Amino acid sequence: MLGKDLLGLYDASAVDILQILDTAVGMKKLLTQNLKKLPHLQGRTVTTLFYENSTRTRCSFELAAKYLGAGTVNISSSSSSVQKGETLIDTGYTLDAMKNDVIVIRHPMGGAPHLLARHVKASVVNGGDGMNEHPTQALLDFYTMREKFGSFKGLKVAILGDIKHSRVAKSNLFGLTKLGAEVSIYAPATLMPQGIGRLGAKVARSREEALAGANVVMGLRIQLERQQGGLFPSLSEYSKYYGVSEEHLKFADKDCIVMHPGPVNRGVELTSGVIDAPNSKITEQVLNGVAVRMALLFLLVKNRKGGEANE
Amino acid sequence: MSKLLIKNGTAVFPDKTEHCDLLLENGKIKEIGASVECAGAKVIDAAGLHIFPGLIDIHVHLREPGFEYKEDIASGSAAAVAGGFTQICCMPNTDPVCDNAAVVGYIVARAKEVGLCKVHPIGAITKGEKGESLAEMGKMKDAGAVAVSDDGRPVSDARMMRLAMEYASDFGMICLSHCEDKSLVDGGVVNEGYNSTLAGLKGIPRAAEEVMIAREIILAETLGKHVHICHVSTKGGVQLLREAKARGVAVTAETCPHYFALTDDVILGYDANTKVNPPIREAEDVAAIKEGLKDGTLDCIVTDHAPHHRDEKSVEYNLAAFGISGIETSFSLAYTELVKGGVLTLERLAKRMSGAPAKILGLAGGVLAVGAPADLMIADLGEKYTIDSGKFRSKGKNTPFDGREVYGRVKYTIVDGNIKFEA
Repeated sequence: MLGKDLLGLYDASAVDILQILDTAVGMKKLLTQNLKKLPHLQGRTVTTLFYENSTRTRCSFELAAKYLGAGTVNISSSSSSVQKGETLIDTGYTLDAMKNDVIVIRHPMGGAPHLLARHVKASVVNGGDGMNEHPTQALLDFYTMREKFGSFKGLKVAILGDIKHSRVAKSNLFGLTKLGAEVSIYAPATLMPQGIGRLGAKVARSREEALAGANVVMGLRIQLERQQGGLFPSLSEYSKYYGVSEEHLKFADKDCIVMHPGPVNRGVELTSGVIDAPNSKITEQVLNGVAVRMALLFLLVKNRKGGEANE
Repeated sequence: MSKLLIKNGTAVFPDKTEHCDLLLENGKIKEIGASVECAGAKVIDAAGLHIFPGLIDIHVHLREPGFEYKEDIASGSAAAVAGGFTQICCMPNTDPVCDNAAVVGYIVARAKEVGLCKVHPIGAITKGEKGESLAEMGKMKDAGAVAVSDDGRPVSDARMMRLAMEYASDFGMICLSHCEDKSLVDGGVVNEGYNSTLAGLKGIPRAAEEVMIAREIILAETLGKHVHICHVSTKGGVQLLREAKARGVAVTAETCPHYFALTDDVILGYDANTKVNPPIREAEDVAAIKEGLKDGTLDCIVTDHAPHHRDEKSVEYNLAAFGISGIETSFSLAYTELVKGGVLTLERLAKRMSGAPAKILGLAGGVLAVGAPADLMIADLGEKYTIDSGKFRSKGKNTPFDGREVYGRVKYTIVDGNIKFEA
């Protein structure tokens, strides 16, 4: 049973995840019928509180809330301002006092949503926190996988890229292992975190091994600053030894799909041939993201004590 | 001068623990015996209680001058005696930095004015703790400094450290080295391992500590100087020290309660009170730290008492200050984990918390013996209680141990024959 907040998938059950995905099916149906003035969250307020740049995630949450009839407020703050000015807890008190029902937070530091959630009555949704989790991205990934394959049992998911800094990889790993899928990962040793095997991932020794028989091939975005920080020598070397091209996809299952949380660095983690191929779900993921976030916001608000607003 | 007679207690000596009475007079232990009587002496009935040499902590932060909102010499001294400590040595990372005789002299004078425990300043190794040029060690020694350290801002330049070890020895002082290679720390906030990955917090590899321990050992060995390694937290660090001691290197080392009483599972709730440097490590490190305390590889237990204001901990984990306010929980944690846990005898606990630190820095005290300073701590080892930071004398309430049940409560702290704390 979903609680007050969604802070990550490590603490979510398979039942929670499937409930969100099931609810999202109906939401997507409404969306595809172009029904965007729904009554589910009428009279409620959803605030996005973003301490990191984001276009798609913030926009996706905002549209999801608007389509369901909620009022929305967007607060963007550069990450440099995290270190000065008002503390996160004080910002939380302020937003709470203004009767927000849901606060969606993105923050460059792991655990920030947890800190906020402990101090506010509003429901808190983690929109990505540092290297920790990005649960709604993973949920939309699951939705996309289930739409194609129907179930997660025995599904082979290969995740390639900067695993060490990727909250997307971690949320996917936590959820997929609970749902019965197998996750294999591959990254340069400098971008592979310690102890990831104990978290349930199969750590591949080569790109081919990671891709072998995969039903889902997921590339992760390489942040330019990782190269500047010396974690790998150049983007071209990265793409040569760690990127995925049409050639490499031959190791995967012939019926596989390709996914990426976006935005993509074309020719780095995935080649354009892979990104634009018919089995690429990258654009579909974006639509599914709105549906999944509609489902989540609806369920969280519905689950609030007695369905009451923040009062 | 008043006389104090402690009757019916059990005293912890270096080689034995036995029932006896102790008479304190003129600031010294005057007499120890099965039944001592003294007309006119104030009497403490210590029936059922244990008498230890006053605890000595050679690694605390008193924050004065400069950061009195975190702690000051008065509050820190009050916390120390409440924790059973009769002597403490305070690190130089104040504002201004304690890198000259004037600041050393201020701390000594202010501590005398407060008049609770004995406070010995530790001077900086380099001016401003900048790692660039040696601080005036001779003048600081004359003003009352007992050792030198750039704690928290380790001397990264190996040549500078070499010079410091050589020069300090001219004045009979040693360098206390906080071992941390900042390039390997690289912005990390918790131990690097399974839990850092799980929490999504940047990890500090054990290597960051161990490469500098190795450097200090090699410098001490080649120079023939004594170096002291601060707050050892890793299995590899213990191993390096064990091997060095076996070859006869003049190296001593300390650890802290949080390195033997906690594993890094505690970080998973993102409670910034668990943020400390070096970070809390894993179970195998905890086991190695206990083994090191048992076999003497680790000479002493310190607290690295690092009080902070609540606002400095009520923030995102990455932004929170490093440090634990530890001086009021150290004895109970050590007694509970190490003595009740079967790692140390009472005599060894007294050695690790009093005798050994006194010897390392050449401080008077550290043992119960006739003629020794009348610095004592009396505890009820049978008393079980729950740690409550709200009751700390320290201004710093930042502890990861709040709510933990421990044994061994400090009942009296006596400095130079005067009762400075009574529970």
